[in-house]
Amino acid sequence: MKPVYLRPKSLTHTVTHYCPGCTHGISHRLVAEVIDELGIQGKTIGVASVGCSVFAYNYFDTDFQQAAHGRAPAVATGIKRVHPDKIVFTYQGDGDLASIGAAEIVHAAARRENITVIFINNAIYGMTGGQMAPTTLEGQVTTTSPFGREHGVQGYPLRMSELLAAVDGAYYIARCSLHNPVQVARAKKSIKQAFQNQMEGRGFSMVELLSTCPTNWRMTPQKALEWVEKHMIPVYPLGEFKRGEGE
Amino acid sequence: MNHQIIMAGFGGQGVMLIGTLLTYAGMREGKHVSWLPSYGPEMRGGTANCAVCISDAPIASPVVTEPTAVIAMNLPSYEKFSKILVAGGSLIINSSLVSVENIRGDIKAYRIPANDEAETLGSQRVANMVCLGGLLGVEDIVEIETVIAVLPEVIQERYHHLLDLNARALRRGYEMVREMK
Amino acid sequence: MSQPILMKGNEAIAEAAIRAGCRFFFGYPITPQNEIPEYMSKKLPEVGGVFVQAESEVASINMVYGAAGAGARVMTSSSSPGISLMMEGLSYIAGAELPCVIVNISRGGPGLGGIQPSQADYFQATKGGGHGDYKVIVYGPCSVQEACDLMVKAFDVADKYRNPVMILGDGMIGQMMEPVVFRGGQGEGSLPEKPWATTGNEGRKSNLITSIHLDPEVLDAHNWKLCQKYKAIEENEVMYEVYREDDAEWFLVAYGTVARICISVMDKMRKEGFKVGLIRPITLWPFPKAAFEQVADRAKGFLCVEMSTGQMVEDVKLAVEGRAPVYFYGRTGGAVPLPRAIEKRMRDVIEGREPVVTDYLEGRGGGVK
Repeated sequence: MKPVYLRPKSLTHTVTHYCPGCTHGISHRLVAEVIDELGIQGKTIGVASVGCSVFAYNYFDTDFQQAAHGRAPAVATGIKRVHPDKIVFTYQGDGDLASIGAAEIVHAAARRENITVIFINNAIYGMTGGQMAPTTLEGQVTTTSPFGREHGVQGYPLRMSELLAAVDGAYYIARCSLHNPVQVARAKKSIKQAFQNQMEGRGFSMVELLSTCPTNWRMTPQKALEWVEKHMIPVYPLGEFKRGEGE
Repeated sequence: MNHQIIMAGFGGQGVMLIGTLLTYAGMREGKHVSWLPSYGPEMRGGTANCAVCISDAPIASPVVTEPTAVIAMNLPSYEKFSKILVAGGSLIINSSLVSVENIRGDIKAYRIPANDEAETLGSQRVANMVCLGGLLGVEDIVEIETVIAVLPEVIQERYHHLLDLNARALRRGYEMVREMK
Repeated sequence: MSQPILMKGNEAIAEAAIRAGCRFFFGYPITPQNEIPEYMSKKLPEVGGVFVQAESEVASINMVYGAAGAGARVMTSSSSPGISLMMEGLSYIAGAELPCVIVNISRGGPGLGGIQPSQADYFQATKGGGHGDYKVIVYGPCSVQEACDLMVKAFDVADKYRNPVMILGDGMIGQMMEPVVFRGGQGEGSLPEKPWATTGNEGRKSNLITSIHLDPEVLDAHNWKLCQKYKAIEENEVMYEVYREDDAEWFLVAYGTVARICISVMDKMRKEGFKVGLIRPITLWPFPKAAFEQVADRAKGFLCVEMSTGQMVEDVKLAVEGRAPVYFYGRTGGAVPLPRAIEKRMRDVIEGREPVVTDYLEGRGGGVK
């Protein structure tokens, strides 16, 4: 009998701490599948951030460094400059990348760091219990925007892919979603592209993944997936924002 | 022998350079030396200075608060540092830019028209060397020949076509002061 | 011995680091240490190294974290306000037990403060600075030569203990030129193995660099393990000098460039018949308590002189343990304690006079404790 579905080699056997219905599991798996398919497990070094994915290193079977909140692109810079022949990726949430680490991500892109960034955008702070994120939608209720985010008070959602696509040093910027199987397949393609770019030395690549947080959104997993499609995609359109030409 | 020298002037007059040159020459003669610059915004066009210590014994403090000699290349430098010069100390005044009366009577003061002399030699830019030459003429710090010998090591290579001019300026200041003595 | 070279402290420190095998530098400009990154940006590429000007000190120290975790000899340099920004990263580095060297060419604070020499970062450097129970090994060089020698040593000690090491200089050390002879240092290839580093898990189990331990039992054990390491450092790495131990009864206590000023005061006062000596801590952490033990039986008093309002003086008091009185004289913000002011203070101490602050500097002050 031919197995059609196996645990990727690059994932450990550890049971994750993620909530039921959270899409972190999917994005972990996609990254691990890509690492397997590209045959780079032995030379990949991941950088975990602060947020729900703080323990990503427990789930990926590669070398890992755990970074301070927002600093994963700086840590990745340090690693990649020491080992330019290794594959370095960061795995960051929206609080980490778009808020406290906004400077680090912009400048890693500007410096054309040859790294891969996986950016989980679920429009909320998950680990700390559902506070407002820079990517929180207008009207969205969180524990620190209890009356709904209002642009006159808390400003607008920050679109990181669009922002980073404007940076010359960025080679590849794509936004994908994990709300249905078709989009998951597309996301994997983009993630693979982002790692391949690094292997080819093309510079900074980021894949933003629209993700769910059923717990803090106070929804069932099914409703959360529908909410991504109905409310997030209109604000965060999918697609490749930048795909640099070869140099 | 423990020389504590302050060299001061406008940014661009080259006081840091003559300080470095003297320090280098002291090191070459096997003496203990230190060079401490002023730094920061005052480097951007204001008055700059450096403190040079040259001694037979290890330098205890690189900070010079009671100089044994001062080169004042502009008026603010004269006003600031002539006051703290020790009694009996030497003061080289660039009289091309500083015209003052009533200089302290308890010090050895030498007025050298350094800019004018430098101009005559070929370029006002070596006024600093005229002043340093003057100092070497009054204070037994290092041999002027040592200073001239280390010029190529201190001056950037792109200015090496000016080595001879610098040497002549040093000698000119030295001679002028010798004549005044 | 090779010919001494006349070099600015900052440049000499950078050169010493390269000779010590440092090949990675991440930093951000700030006065008065800019000659270090400038020198590195020019020289590191010549030896196959990498210089990155980061977007901030926050990023710099995290790049250091990444590179140290990846097994490299790595450093950064900054000055007081920039070092404050690095404190978060330093705590992570200490927690993750990563070897690296940080140079602080410190200036006057608090806040933006000034840019002239200061020793007001002593607490921050020696007592932690960032969050959590951790220690940084701190050297306080008093000359350009010593800064270079300690720079080489710093990398070795950092590797030996897997701990961050700081060179705490002041603006004077960075800006002054003195003759220097480069000695020691390690060529590439002789650096210690780092099997714990993240280099890719090919042929071995995965390596992890982290400072997170959510289980209280695990974190408690980790902290006590660190504590044991710090104890070993206290036993093995203390450095200091005692001057005129033979007959001195009154001791000046100072580190860095202030110690040199105190030496000139000591020499002058001895000529006048005062039995003055000097204790000069070289490691600020671990603090050289042994120096005070050495002179405890006959010391009549200690005068601690700092370019701060009194920071190291607290460690002096802890080391003296009440066996003799401890006095203080300090100037801050770039003002340097002058020899005659220190001498006046020391005479007052010896002759048992109450200090009058305005006596010390023609009405401009300084402070006493």
